[in-house]
Amino acid sequence: MRPSKSWDVASKDFRVFLRKKNVIVSMLAFPLVIAILLTYVAGFVIGRAGGGSAGSTALLLLLPSFTFYYAIVASILPTTIASYSLVGEKVEKSLEPLLATPMTDEEILFGKGIAAFLPAMLATYLGASIFMVSTDLLTRDAFGYYYFPNLGAGTILLLLAPLSAIMSIEVNVMISSRVSDVRVSQQLGLLTVFPMAGIYLAGELGLLSFDAITFFVISAFLLIVDLLLLYATRATFRRDEILTKWK
Amino acid sequence: MLCCLISKTSGTARVAGYEVGNAVDSLKIRKLIGLVPDNVGLYESLSAYDNLDFYGKFYDCTEAQRRESIPRFLKMLGLWEKKDAAAGTFSKGMKQKLAIARALIHDPQILFMDEPTANLDPEAAVAVREIILELKKQRKTIFLNTHNLDEAQRICDRIGILNTKLRAVGTPEELEQSVRGRMTVVQLERVNEAVLAALKDLRLGDLSVEGNRISVGVTSPEKENPTILDAIFRAGGRIQSVNVVGSTLEDAYLRLVREKEKA
Repeated sequence: MRPSKSWDVASKDFRVFLRKKNVIVSMLAFPLVIAILLTYVAGFVIGRAGGGSAGSTALLLLLPSFTFYYAIVASILPTTIASYSLVGEKVEKSLEPLLATPMTDEEILFGKGIAAFLPAMLATYLGASIFMVSTDLLTRDAFGYYYFPNLGAGTILLLLAPLSAIMSIEVNVMISSRVSDVRVSQQLGLLTVFPMAGIYLAGELGLLSFDAITFFVISAFLLIVDLLLLYATRATFRRDEILTKWK
Repeated sequence: MLCCLISKTSGTARVAGYEVGNAVDSLKIRKLIGLVPDNVGLYESLSAYDNLDFYGKFYDCTEAQRRESIPRFLKMLGLWEKKDAAAGTFSKGMKQKLAIARALIHDPQILFMDEPTANLDPEAAVAVREIILELKKQRKTIFLNTHNLDEAQRICDRIGILNTKLRAVGTPEELEQSVRGRMTVVQLERVNEAVLAALKDLRLGDLSVEGNRISVGVTSPEKENPTILDAIFRAGGRIQSVNVVGSTLEDAYLRLVREKEKA
């Protein structure tokens, strides 16, 4: 596999997406809205407690799960681009000439993956940065220290979020090579949110403790899932079926 | 299938010496060929230049090669002035030209064109045909898939008639002659039994009558027509006009398809 060819595919997709305002808006708006809402809730909790220790204690329980939201965000954001990656090309009839080029399936798939991964992670990090900085500014006096950065947030943002984005991309590429409608592909692709939402729920119900070790263990599990999905994605990508069976 | 987009079901095929279906050879084949699909499949939000630039990269063209070939093809196809315009704003004819430029960007040995003039207005169709003829002059092997038999007859050196399977292959002339050769059509003032008997006595090709028009199958009209006209004249026929008509590729196609239906 030649990484430069994958980068060519990705840079083409970047150029196409940069001209799709709805894609850019949906990519940026979601993490920013989450950042604003979470910061507002953090401020609300501190405000309600009048800056007392009750507020700080409650917030210390809430902030790890708030940070975990960005692992969920990272699994949602790539669906827009990853769904478009194959179905969109098929709809615009540009897949046939692309598949006629001397690029391997791996080069094309990896390129499509990069095209979905990088913007999704950039938007996730942008939203997370705004959330962390604004939360630090709000809680500095209550905690007596800056809550962010910390090991848990680092594990979420540097391990869990990228791995959940990769999982989402792999599932979405698999789905988009099977369906022929972008919206159907996106709707099915959103199913990748369920595992991460399930983990969040488990944390909220007290079945999991939201700390760095838990996040690290989940990341290790996700890595295995990602590797299995990588194999499945490659195995289910068939040029013949994509070109002949789609209506 | 020959473009290595879909797998073969049986048999063997080779393109430029490489075997279709072999994974390693498939990549080599794809490198050697250019494809103009029936749906042009351009990136409509990208400019004409960017469309060609990305495909140049996909086909391993260096930056220097792209900088040289993209302006050359855009100028050759009359699109240079529109190089920065989004492909989505182009007319169908311009899109087709851009798709041809895209297929040529890596200087392929073989060009596969699927219905290159379908859905184009007559002016654009003529322009595309001229481009194909120009490429033919440049000694490119062009594999043209078309339902337009007139176009095939005008452009192609060899024609394969495909109807479920390959029915015939030959030059346009060979295929036309495979139907019935040429016909001498004589319009008479009135056809009578004496004229028909005289023509039958000549024992030439197929003889048919439609109203006052007689058609006689001939192999060499220059030699046979004087005999035919003399026989008609001697039998008392009064000739109004004489034409020599050849069978067309369309006749050849219809004959082959009907033969298949009978079988």
